[in-house]
Amino acid sequence: MEKGTLKVKTGLAEMLKGGVIMDVTTVDQAKIAEEAGAVSVMALERIPADIRASGGVARMTDPEIIINIMNAVTIPVMAKCRIGHFAEAQILESIGIDYIDESEVLTPADEKYHVDKWEFKVPFVCGATNLAEALRRIGEGAAMIRTKGEAGTGNVVEAVRHMRAIKDDINRVSVMPKEEMMTISKELGAPYELIMYVKEKGKLPVVNFSAGGIATPADAAMIMQLGADGIFVGSGIFKSENPLKMAKAIVDATTHFKNPEVLAKISRGLGSAMSGLEISKIPKEELLAQRGW
Amino acid sequence: MRKEGGNSQIVEKKQKKKNNVTIGVLALQGAFREHIKALQKTGVNALEIKFPGKIDEIDGLIVPGGESTTISKLINKYGFKEYLDKLYLSGKPMYGTCAGLILFAAEVLNEKYGLGYIDIIVKRNSYGRQIDSFHEMVELSFDKRKRFEAIFIRAPKIISAGSEVDILSKINDNIILARQKNILVSSFHPELQDDLRIHNYFLDMVLNK
Repeated sequence: MEKGTLKVKTGLAEMLKGGVIMDVTTVDQAKIAEEAGAVSVMALERIPADIRASGGVARMTDPEIIINIMNAVTIPVMAKCRIGHFAEAQILESIGIDYIDESEVLTPADEKYHVDKWEFKVPFVCGATNLAEALRRIGEGAAMIRTKGEAGTGNVVEAVRHMRAIKDDINRVSVMPKEEMMTISKELGAPYELIMYVKEKGKLPVVNFSAGGIATPADAAMIMQLGADGIFVGSGIFKSENPLKMAKAIVDATTHFKNPEVLAKISRGLGSAMSGLEISKIPKEELLAQRGW
Repeated sequence: MRKEGGNSQIVEKKQKKKNNVTIGVLALQGAFREHIKALQKTGVNALEIKFPGKIDEIDGLIVPGGESTTISKLINKYGFKEYLDKLYLSGKPMYGTCAGLILFAAEVLNEKYGLGYIDIIVKRNSYGRQIDSFHEMVELSFDKRKRFEAIFIRAPKIISAGSEVDILSKINDNIILARQKNILVSSFHPELQDDLRIHNYFLDMVLNK
């Protein structure tokens, strides 16, 4: 009986596909998410919009909060550690978390290195803004990728940019001659074996969800049509006027993303979505997507 | 018992028959694309089922792995129950992997769902959390030549099975692959790897119907 292998780590991500992973901060929110049909919840102390608003150092959530949420729902529970903070990751693994998100939404703990994810039995999901960054994280042992977007903004434009960037990079690598791959690997700073995988299969070696700014069913449908395997929604649900309704609608949109009639039906009468932020109005140093490398 | 190879005419005939077979895969959430790929590799047609349609379109149905709470909510919301019941009563073969097994069960401990198509009692996430997910080489009762790599992800356990249920594979005392008439269930995920023997077993159920 083998546990903690890449097969079972990527296996859970495969089972989450076509689903919505929701940020929650309390047991009640976790229950609403489960009721709405979330495939998993991300247990947090504050949702990204509030982290953005309050500033300061954002750290791993108090294990007490996470454990209470784990006990309240039967769907898998994820939690975030800071980039490079392997001790936070060890703590999360020891409480039996189902997935760790090494996340740029929290304040990075190491300016040079990410966590060596091969050292863990629990799977990791990591953010990426392009193919090379995704492959570096997979090279470090990530079993799932999510495009970063810009968390806590309710603005989908960065999520779209990152999905398109990964897609474009994959297309580019696919059509290039094989003999150029080592040079591409060097230029992009991505492991050669993984570049070769992408070239041969025309896709990432692991499941790729999309995160950061998705606030409506239409956002979810757009990003799914761009090729995301599933969706993370952070502030979009519990900063909206009617969280349960919005959560259900985003779940439906992620299933029926190709069907405009269904999307029209589920988009009606949802109340107002979270108020969004214009990316260009955010000071450069406060952009979260640039954290990690 | 099934015999592979041997008479090439029989194999050819079977392949011809397969080309006319269409298997639906419930595509609400989870690993439905992997089942579709596996089915296509065996030579049958695969159809994504996102809405309850006519049961005549398909010769059998796979309910994939995924999050069972999510899939069961979407089943209720989009009126799939009647469709699934009709399929079941028509005798068309249905195969449930993991979440699909949970949905087909007669009873699911601590949960309201369970469509009652196979006489088993099931407990969700019963091997533990993700950290206890595992894979192991197991023996299939219908093909003992080579073991099968079974991948278990937050898998359910079959706590008990009625006398009508055929047990096709076990790990220790736990039933992991079982069949009752037209219903096949596994608590693991054959769609996550390349060995097609379980998909082929299911297709034999369809072809021999």
